[in-house]
Amino acid sequence: MEINTFEQLKTECIQSGKEIFEIAQENTAFSADITIEDVRNFAKRSLDAMKEAIDAGMSSNEPSMSGMCGTDCLRVQSKFSTKPAMFGKLFEKIIEYALATSEENIRMGKIVACPTAGSCGILPSTIVAISEFYNYTEEEQINALITAGEIGRIISAKVAIAGAVAGCQAECGTAAAMSAAAICTLRGGHVSQIIHACALAIKNILGLTCDPVAGLVEVPCVKRNPFMAIHSVTAAELALANVESKIPPDEVIDAMEQTGALMSPTLKESSQAGLAVTQTAVKVQQKIFG
Amino acid sequence: MKKTTLFDIISPVMIGPSSSHTAGAVRLGLLARNIYKNDIKKVTFKLYNSYAHTGKGHGTEKGLLAGVLGLNVDDRRIKNIFEDEISAEIEYEFEYADNFKRHPNSVDITFIGDIEMKIQGESVGAGEIVIRKIDDFNVKLTGKFNTILLVYRDMPGMISQVSSILQYHNLNIAFLNCDRNAKGQEASMVIGIDGDIDAEILETIQEIPDVYFVSYIEKLEQ
Ligand code: SF4
Repeated sequence: MEINTFEQLKTECIQSGKEIFEIAQENTAFSADITIEDVRNFAKRSLDAMKEAIDAGMSSNEPSMSGMCGTDCLRVQSKFSTKPAMFGKLFEKIIEYALATSEENIRMGKIVACPTAGSCGILPSTIVAISEFYNYTEEEQINALITAGEIGRIISAKVAIAGAVAGCQAECGTAAAMSAAAICTLRGGHVSQIIHACALAIKNILGLTCDPVAGLVEVPCVKRNPFMAIHSVTAAELALANVESKIPPDEVIDAMEQTGALMSPTLKESSQAGLAVTQTAVKVQQKIFG
Repeated sequence: MKKTTLFDIISPVMIGPSSSHTAGAVRLGLLARNIYKNDIKKVTFKLYNSYAHTGKGHGTEKGLLAGVLGLNVDDRRIKNIFEDEISAEIEYEFEYADNFKRHPNSVDITFIGDIEMKIQGESVGAGEIVIRKIDDFNVKLTGKFNTILLVYRDMPGMISQVSSILQYHNLNIAFLNCDRNAKGQEASMVIGIDGDIDAEILETIQEIPDVYFVSYIEKLEQ
């Protein structure tokens, strides 16, 4: 059966007794005419690239071409080394890894667009940090990544995952939903908890604008990554406690689609409003592009 | 619209910062190179609109050049391509323009070598690209299919001759489109194929009377 909604996904999981990642890898293998092992190898390649990006980003201080971003990951690491974060080591890691990845992106390093380049730090930060902290195996991480991919795919069946079409709610919001799903999977959550985690994550960022300064994927994008990563942890923890979204997950996606369509084009990646036209942003833009 | 797959969501592995302005630029360069095929002496890139205005901050120029030189979207050399020895092999130049009739992320890539060729392309989002024009001919190439391009004297019956050759070799046509150039004497045909095609088939097509030119454009890696 073709799965394009959360409801269908849930029904399929319950009827077959399978987990989301099992259904996703079977369906993907079937429609691409490849083996399940091929699908998992593809996911492993992405997972490895995510870890590589984190490693590179954790030790670099190189600014982006515009000079606006690139030094915050080391700033945060040095703070944590003398004054640990209130919420502990795992919180520190998630913040650091999200910054490391998105700073790698803006300095033209190698990253995985998941789902986009601007939101590339969110999902890797939680999968990798949580797996290191709790010693989850590579197989478990791949299961979580495939689950996240399936969630992103279902969202994209309704909403274009592009800031220019539906605002940042569709990019970083989708990434947060994927991340929440990955966390629930790692922590042993069941399908209903996983999809409610996605709904909770998205409900809380509906309407998020895309107004990047000077049209570059830097401000507010880079710092938005650690914010969204922690946001996804909250969604996952609520859902794992069986807190449910009062609005069913599919309807939340409908709301996201409608909100995206109603948002002014000036707030959708065109840099014609919001942060992009503040006094400082205009000055920055003149300095970079003359 | 192409259906999104799981793979689209958790990939590509790419050099940042932007799928449309960096990875898309690399892919435009790569596909243009596959179309041109000749040794490149010099290449000129004319960037339009958003590509012209924000390209610098996104490494768009670097991506375009890297693609033309055959580097893939995840090649770490893209970042310092202007300093890399591989870019010393050819001459290159960038121009910038505004044109509201063109897509926000557009580029004209003009190759100079044994022959001269101008290719117009667009980066349409999420790393997806479209080549819209090769010299005078309107085309629509996305790099997703192996493609045959032929230019011939405009006359009836050409489509059926070509498709019967492909059918004979058991090749499935994924899409086919035709165009006439301004003078109305030459026509172009672009045929997307499922699977691979070998040189022998291209030669058979080349032998059809009134076919001026046949080229095989390989698809891009996903
Ligand atoms: S603000 Fe816009 S460019 Fe930045 S991450 Fe969000 S959608 Fe992407």
